[in-house]
Amino acid sequence: MPLPEGLYCLMAEFDTPTDLVRAAQAARKAGYRRMDCYTPYPVEEAAEAIGFHRDEVSMVCLVGGLLGLVAMFGLETWIAVWAFPLNIAGRPYFSWPAFCIPAYEWTILYAGLSAAFGMLALNGLPKLYHPVFNAPNFRNGATSDKFFLCLEATDPKFEVAESRSFLEAQSPLSVVEVEY
Amino acid sequence: MATKDAPVTNPMIDPLTGEYRVIAPGHTFKSVTDKVSRIVLTTHTPLGWFFGFALAGGFVCMLLVAVTWLFLKGVGIWAITIPVAWGFAIINFVWWIGIGHAGTLISAILLLFKQGWRNSINRFAEAMTIFAVMCAGMFPLLHLGRPWLAYWLFPYPNSMNYWPQFRSPLMWDCFAVSTYATISVVFWYLGMIPDLATLRDRAQSKFAQFMYGMLSMGWRGSVRHWVRYETASILLAGLATPLVLSVHSVISLDFAVAFMPGWHDTIFPPFFVAGAIYSGFAMVLTLAIPIRKFYHLEDLITIRHIDNCGKVMLATGWIVGYGYAAEVFMSWYSASHWEYFMMWNRMFGPMAWSFWMLITCNIIIPQLMWLRKFRVHMGLMFIMSLVVNTGMWLERFVIVVTSLTRDFLPSSWGTYRATRWDYMTFAGTLGFFTFMFFLFIRFLPMIPMSELRLMLPGAKVREKAEPHSTGTPVPEAGD
Repeated sequence: MPLPEGLYCLMAEFDTPTDLVRAAQAARKAGYRRMDCYTPYPVEEAAEAIGFHRDEVSMVCLVGGLLGLVAMFGLETWIAVWAFPLNIAGRPYFSWPAFCIPAYEWTILYAGLSAAFGMLALNGLPKLYHPVFNAPNFRNGATSDKFFLCLEATDPKFEVAESRSFLEAQSPLSVVEVEY
Repeated sequence: MATKDAPVTNPMIDPLTGEYRVIAPGHTFKSVTDKVSRIVLTTHTPLGWFFGFALAGGFVCMLLVAVTWLFLKGVGIWAITIPVAWGFAIINFVWWIGIGHAGTLISAILLLFKQGWRNSINRFAEAMTIFAVMCAGMFPLLHLGRPWLAYWLFPYPNSMNYWPQFRSPLMWDCFAVSTYATISVVFWYLGMIPDLATLRDRAQSKFAQFMYGMLSMGWRGSVRHWVRYETASILLAGLATPLVLSVHSVISLDFAVAFMPGWHDTIFPPFFVAGAIYSGFAMVLTLAIPIRKFYHLEDLITIRHIDNCGKVMLATGWIVGYGYAAEVFMSWYSASHWEYFMMWNRMFGPMAWSFWMLITCNIIIPQLMWLRKFRVHMGLMFIMSLVVNTGMWLERFVIVVTSLTRDFLPSSWGTYRATRWDYMTFAGTLGFFTFMFFLFIRFLPMIPMSELRLMLPGAKVREKAEPHSTGTPVPEAGD
């Protein structure tokens, strides 16, 4: 695959989350769809403003948890009844109350690992290179105290001069062009 | 609790509520970030850090000596013998796991209850959990006698045609503790990713940039990522909550499933969980009070945190007290001769000193925490945390030793006196815990910056903000 070249996005920097959310709402209203916001802490309003509502992490977690439950309970049953039956104080081979405890632990283990790794996978992480890091002001603020709105060049509505004047109308601290 | 008597001139007190503030006033996103990341990114490690690290390292060496000798000679160098076949190994195991529980409580349960004050202490409470579980995990492994065969606990296809036995509480322990350790590490690491990205972006040296860059996995703070991240955090908190309750319950079943008088109690699972949280909060204070002083973090770990921890300790202390009362009551009400004798022996037998010290440390002295003046005094709270930790260790000692030394038949009675190797191993794990903690506060962000930012006054999106007067009007949709 050839490496992408040229302009990745126009990035506007804001001082407060309120400015960012207002700009993101305006951008969505103006018809932009391929955009993203970068914030140093979770700003739910910004996600709503760019039209990102639901995520699939909960579903991944549920499926993982059920898998863990079935896996452990099935393993215990198979071991205790077929693979290695032992008479322990006259208990039945299928001692399901005792099997519940490891099955419960594995439900949590699988669900937790699914939630964590599912979140990373859905986010496309680890991804050590991303064009937004090329913005000269990005690393100075995005992970500490500044808020960024990024209009991506692949958006059908994107046009450099027009989008730049749109962003500048949102009273940002700065607007920069970000190359791949 | 009403705190109206506090002087209102104190800037740390919110005039609206009369409560101590969670974060000192005047902090901004930048000042919080600077303050926390400077501890890690500084090129001048404080001299006190080296001193403490070297001291803890000395104890780790002692642990290594004790463990090496154990591997050479076998578990006979410990005082464990029939009738006390468990001794220090199980006492320390239960004590360490219990300490870990407060970390999960702070990071998970208080998150679900939306207790914002937890944000500045949750990271190092989670680190405390992980290091405590590491210390705890050593004891059952060392106690195996042949620790190199520990993997036999796990179900895997093997040439011996053997499978584990799932009706045993020790087997449940294996799954409970390994799950607990795994989920704690994942939760801790996940919580750290945004802060590691902050460190990556602020680091000056190439090596630090590379290391934090790899660890932060390219986190860039996209709001889409944040939404999924928040969901995953809430889910992990929701999973860690039943997990933490189950872990100490399962550990208590190691005792409660046995027939031994003093162990065979239905109160054990909730009683152990409450005791775990009690000792864990004490350990949080043992760590937080010196750290906030040494690193001048009084603005971020405020008196409010210490005060709240004191209140939690008071509450859990009473649950533990209820557990003791229930044990005494049941040994009378059960009308079982052996139960009755067990309790009499615990209170007035040869090991009675341990029982009364336990009552003093866990029930009597902590009542001082009813006084608000006591809870907001750092030195006194530090001493209190040590007292409670000692008391909780003694509780495990009493449960294990007094029960095992006096079981049903006088012919099987015995006594227990720990050897120097027992003490060296225990002190060694204390050193190992401190050693890991020193590494953690030096190389990782001990206060979650991204969560602190959320609590600052400027963090909220204001709904009714004035539209900007400058600039062109916003284009309408469909332009």
